[in-house]
Amino acid sequence: MLYFSKLRILFIILFSVLFILIASSNLFKFDDNFFDKKINLGLDLQGGSYLLLEIDNEPVIEQKLQNLTTTIRNYFKEKNIKINNIKIDNQNIFFNVIDNDKQSVLDVFQDENSDLNPYYPRFKSHQLEIEDTGLNLKVNFSRQGLIKLKTSSQDQAIEIVRRRVDEVGTNEPNILKRGNNRILVELPGLDDPMRIKSLLGKTANLTFRFVSNDENDRFGVEKLKFENGLEEATVSKRIIISGENLLDAQPKMDTQTNQTIVSFTLDRVGAKRFGKATSTGIGKQLAIVLDGKIISAPVVRDTIASGSGQISGGFTFQTATDLALLLRSGALPAPLEIIEERTVGPDLGQDSINAGMIALAIGFMLVIIFMFVKYKIFGLITNVTLIVNLFILLGVLTLFEATLTLPGIAGIILTVGMAVDANVLIFERIKEELKDETNNILAFDGGYTKSRTAILDANITTLLAAIILFFMGSGPVKGFAVTLGVGIFTTLFSVYFIARLFTSIYVSRNKNKEKLI
Amino acid sequence: MIAFNKYYNHFNLLSSVLIVVSLLLLIFKGLNFGIDFKGGTLIELRASDSKINVSSLRDRFNQMDLGDVSVKKFGNDTDFLVKFENKDNKKNIIEEIKANLDKSFGNNYDFRRVENVGPKVSAELLKSGVIAISLSLALMLIYIWIRFEWQFSLGAILALFHDVIVTLGVFSLFSLEINLSIIAAVLTIVGYSMNDTVVIFDRVRENLRKYSDIKIFELTNISINETLSRTIITSATTLLALLAIYFFGGEILRGFSLAMILGVVFGTYSSIYIANTVLVRLRVSQKTVLREDDQNKLN
Repeated sequence: MLYFSKLRILFIILFSVLFILIASSNLFKFDDNFFDKKINLGLDLQGGSYLLLEIDNEPVIEQKLQNLTTTIRNYFKEKNIKINNIKIDNQNIFFNVIDNDKQSVLDVFQDENSDLNPYYPRFKSHQLEIEDTGLNLKVNFSRQGLIKLKTSSQDQAIEIVRRRVDEVGTNEPNILKRGNNRILVELPGLDDPMRIKSLLGKTANLTFRFVSNDENDRFGVEKLKFENGLEEATVSKRIIISGENLLDAQPKMDTQTNQTIVSFTLDRVGAKRFGKATSTGIGKQLAIVLDGKIISAPVVRDTIASGSGQISGGFTFQTATDLALLLRSGALPAPLEIIEERTVGPDLGQDSINAGMIALAIGFMLVIIFMFVKYKIFGLITNVTLIVNLFILLGVLTLFEATLTLPGIAGIILTVGMAVDANVLIFERIKEELKDETNNILAFDGGYTKSRTAILDANITTLLAAIILFFMGSGPVKGFAVTLGVGIFTTLFSVYFIARLFTSIYVSRNKNKEKLI
Repeated sequence: MIAFNKYYNHFNLLSSVLIVVSLLLLIFKGLNFGIDFKGGTLIELRASDSKINVSSLRDRFNQMDLGDVSVKKFGNDTDFLVKFENKDNKKNIIEEIKANLDKSFGNNYDFRRVENVGPKVSAELLKSGVIAISLSLALMLIYIWIRFEWQFSLGAILALFHDVIVTLGVFSLFSLEINLSIIAAVLTIVGYSMNDTVVIFDRVRENLRKYSDIKIFELTNISINETLSRTIITSATTLLALLAIYFFGGEILRGFSLAMILGVVFGTYSSIYIANTVLVRLRVSQKTVLREDDQNKLN
């Protein structure tokens, strides 16, 4: 156990030096682009905001089912099957057909090539399920159908969230999917997430609709409140143009009225429709509706054929900027709810770094002094190993660009405390061996060999705990699992290669000395 | 040589009492769950005006109709921790609170940390915490079952349960807060306690093979003594590191390091006085190990 070939010594030295260099790259700025990896600081250390958003898919499902009722009706109309009493209840569509048609309706829904009910061969499932309840036919989304729907609305939502966050211009936001209905947004360095929260909290569904007091409006009417919550207006359900028709939106200052406005440009289709509507609707009020609330309802005075227009509504410059941003980035497919928020101010982050570093330094010193007092020269070997171990640990974290959190720092300190365990097990075993064995080399060899199973056991148990934590834990706690787990491997390396190399050199030079340890 | 085995019965009794008391505390008093597991809102606030203190803050917050509000000093005189349920999960609650505090205190305070955990998330976090701890116990059980004879496994697992239950019992007794980092601490305790037990058990098994004429009562004592200096040194260095975190690592890590300190102390104690006494009570002998060795040879 004490013999090292020249090649192996070279390898150990190179390996250690390499990782020390990698670790120190965090402290010094190298000018070249050869190596630019760094340990990332977690949000708890650098300050920032962590937001977990949940997509409320209920309205999307409602809407899809609503559309589906029309599709079903038209589809079977072509086949001369009459659909009666179609209604939606609790995310199910119910309808009746005459008994003779029942089988053909069921067949359409269960046909793998049906264009009414898409079939996913990979999951061996249709989008929709149909069931004959006896009273009527019941159609609802299958499990796979729901999953497809959710992932597609998640895909859309994450895109819109990304655009909105990017527009605000925070540095290096991290936007990730979680499950099939959640989005995680990490905003490093963001002290006050209020603006982003309010931007993400809006669906931004924009429509232009005429104010209509005509009860017989072909599309139906609905009562909507104004933004200020006081006034109300009856608005047609017919949509002239919607947010999808917008090409651009910008906050502007109206030089005539000295008001802040949002000016917008429409795409070709939108411009055409807007022109037509404004030419036929001169004198009528056109309501601008955002998320079910009327921003303003100006009277149409002229035909607007240029495809651009403006929205006024008593904006401040900030609210106009935000509205323009929301309109540019598009509407969310479904409302988002912030279900978890964690924000750490930058000064608390800095305080945590300082406290963590002081604790690390003091813990390190205490352990080093203790080991030196207890084992003298071998304590010194352990301590040098411990320092190299720390660098290798930081080097590995740098190489993988791991995220260091406050519990992660605690994990490093704990690693320092527990790393000496392996050396202690070996040294204590050597002491025992020396009681019966006079040959130093044999005693040291025996100490290393006989302590091996205990050391392996000890580290595997800690590693198991770290692995579970890594997979079950979230955020900062995950950082703890990473440093604890990586620490085990670097500790084993430094004990069995570095410390053993030093020990072997010392022992072979002092072969005949008594009371070596 | 220290006669640890003289006190096997005394300490078994003590441990039984500790476990029963801890269980009673956990059942009847329960744990003080933080917002991670209970849901709610937490604000860490730093004041730059001496007018802002616990009672003036409590007054302000109580007027805001937030449900149960707790205001505590956090570390030093200028830092405070405010927690409330946020029952209706109001959306812009932080902004409302800021506006309200601005009226009374002007700009003389600063929110250093804000955490808001919705009821759905907290329920999930609690569930995954319980799963994580159960899973780690199960994994340890499997590992030790592969490595040792069943008598040893039983001893190690009992020691493990003892450590986790008594540590949680202390947290219940003093109403210390259970948050995500405490779960991390408990899992690390599980690893550490196991580690400690396994080192002694390794020695017990080695000695069982070596000596056929020494009774397990004596043999465990010999093994404990042989590994004692390692046990002490490793516990000492680990405790030194943990004490450094406890005293210098800041307020946020205090609960975590306290749980770990308790765990290391209980873990060291249980390796000696629970794990080993199980071997004694189950009358483990040389035959136990040799039988297994034979089987391994056959396989």
